[in-house]
Amino acid sequence: MYVAVKGGEAAIANAHRLLADRRRGDRSVPALRLDQIVEQLALGVDRVMSEGSLYDRELAALAIVQARGDMIEAIFLVRAYRTTLPRFGYTRAVETGAMLVERRVSATYKDLPGGQLLGPTFDYTHRLLDPELAAGGDVEEPLRRENEAEAMPRVSAILAREGLIEPDGDMPRDHIPGDITREPLEFPMARDIRLQALSRGDEGFLLALGYSTQRGYARNHPFVGEVRIGEVELELDVPELPFAVPLGSIRVTECQMVNQFKGSAKAPPQFTRGYGLVFGQSERKAMAMALCDRALRATEFGEDVVAAAQDEEFVISHSDNVQATGFVEHLKLPHYVDFQAELDLVRRMRAEHDARENAGKAEEKREAAE
Amino acid sequence: MEIATQSIEGGFADPVFNAQTVFRAVMDAMAQPGSVQPLPAFAHPPAPLSAMAGAVALALCDNDTPLWLDPALQISAAVKSWLGFHAGAPLANTPADAHFALIAAPAEMMALDGFSQGTQDYPDRSTTLILQVSDLTSGTPLLLQGPGIEKTATIAPARMPRHFVEQWKQNSQRFPRGVDIILAAADSIACLPRTTRIKTMEA
Amino acid sequence: MRGQEAREQAERKAVMATLAQSSGDDIVRLWNEAGLPSEAELLRGPETGLVTVRGRIGGGGAPFNVGEATVTRATVRVPAGQVGHCYALGRDREKARLSAIADALWQDPARRGEIEARLVAPLRAAQHEAREKRRAETAATKVDFFTMVRGED
Repeated sequence: MYVAVKGGEAAIANAHRLLADRRRGDRSVPALRLDQIVEQLALGVDRVMSEGSLYDRELAALAIVQARGDMIEAIFLVRAYRTTLPRFGYTRAVETGAMLVERRVSATYKDLPGGQLLGPTFDYTHRLLDPELAAGGDVEEPLRRENEAEAMPRVSAILAREGLIEPDGDMPRDHIPGDITREPLEFPMARDIRLQALSRGDEGFLLALGYSTQRGYARNHPFVGEVRIGEVELELDVPELPFAVPLGSIRVTECQMVNQFKGSAKAPPQFTRGYGLVFGQSERKAMAMALCDRALRATEFGEDVVAAAQDEEFVISHSDNVQATGFVEHLKLPHYVDFQAELDLVRRMRAEHDARENAGKAEEKREAAE
Repeated sequence: MEIATQSIEGGFADPVFNAQTVFRAVMDAMAQPGSVQPLPAFAHPPAPLSAMAGAVALALCDNDTPLWLDPALQISAAVKSWLGFHAGAPLANTPADAHFALIAAPAEMMALDGFSQGTQDYPDRSTTLILQVSDLTSGTPLLLQGPGIEKTATIAPARMPRHFVEQWKQNSQRFPRGVDIILAAADSIACLPRTTRIKTMEA
Repeated sequence: MRGQEAREQAERKAVMATLAQSSGDDIVRLWNEAGLPSEAELLRGPETGLVTVRGRIGGGGAPFNVGEATVTRATVRVPAGQVGHCYALGRDREKARLSAIADALWQDPARRGEIEARLVAPLRAAQHEAREKRRAETAATKVDFFTMVRGED
């Protein structure tokens, strides 16, 4: 039950003013500028764009500052903002094979066309804190290697040539991609809708679920066929122009997870796949998404659904951190009336319990006396 | 082919405030069925789409709302590209897929039950019909009752669909499913939400 | 004739792509340096909205929706009569307005050369350079595998 209670306006206004002060902190320390956050906390910005489901670096940076670095609060702010904008349309599907690649590695093929490009990675660093960074020293320019641009086909195409891997996921011909921003979730859902939900899902939640599949809860023997990060161009069909209008580029991370499949009565043994595609540079998220995508295809392959990561309703209903935080955090808001009712109920039950107990004791006493 | 200039002109001069004014009028008209809400002509669409129906479409429709056009509007390439450019609404393949329908000739329109009626779980997914009428006074008077009407209200929209009173009765019987109607006259609008009943007039 | 029309469309699209990829600051700077005319009637916008970005399942399969991106668009008519459009990622309204004017001026044969030479060419050159720099920096992180030979034969 909800009952409106008034009061607390002054306390709320003062709390918000205090929040603004604490957010700014010590005035003798220079205030952060958004371009500093965009440039130097780029992966935090990417996470807010990916889970806020809105590609706009400056807005994500503003949200991070406004939320004092609380990422889920920042994601919440971005989600709220995006509901205020009209939708111009759906872009043509991005062509990740034509990406301007900034990083591309494969754990399955050493010598693949285009090669292994490490890019700006944390891998192979020693994870030692760097005091020089704290001192703010100069940073060297990166090295360059001039060579001809090489085509970088997706790794899935290489395995496909031998027929040892399932093709890219298809939908029926007249299928219109589902959109969770327009229609409420219904289970079971098609894979396209699931991927949309996973792409904006909480990185930590998907990471934990992906990890659980590796530890034996829905094990599916994954290999990273390929992770690639880079820029793809967007194009939009609009009624006023006879061609798709180019919008510019966005950075995305794509993961092709390759998994074993022993085959069934209908399908010969082959590799299956999980797919991840997220905004910005976030290979942990893209990999976790791909692991979850594959685990959630259990029914499709006739696998037993025995673990959390395979349970579509469980995974998709709980992957959205804005929904999750809203429901968990609302518990701290006033529930005075609900609690009064519970209190009243417990008191009454206690009184009845005590009455029964006393009656029992009186009975015992009477029997003993007889 | 690039679209003609007439399809690019005639949108809202002040998109935010014009859309808000139209939305407010539609909201009030829905809340008080049968009340006549005056509105200036904010939009100038190509014929045969009327200025008022065009303005209502611009205020309510966007890329997320498939729109169905009656045959009179369907044949006009200029109307389709005007709506495409200014509202961005995709055209629905069938009336049953439409969130909104624009009807230039209500007297010849198809039956109300041919449009989306919504579902029992999501009755809001029915089609909202925007009917172009020349006025709200010269047709057969409709005596209205229901939520939002204190006792009764009367409007007399010109050239309404055939057997409208009977069709509306059936629409009411489908509740909570059913269509809602916005009547767009030359200088005003009125609404018939699905909760409104038409009381048959004694002759 | 059809071939020429297709070629012209491809060129116009390429100009729009270059403008969309550029920063608003660069467009404004070159615009002022070239003294291009910026008077135009606004037919729509500049206004900011969303596009939903689509990917493909498995990279090449059926499309699915990934998430939204901000886009700002504008449609203008220049005094000579041409109507120009712009759609570009982000929320830069002045960039969208000038890009739409550039699209309109480009359609005027008397202006096309100037737009190409003074505005588009420098932007394109800068983008090419930035792309090549990025590609070369990434190429420097390419792994050159070598096999260690153990024993003899």
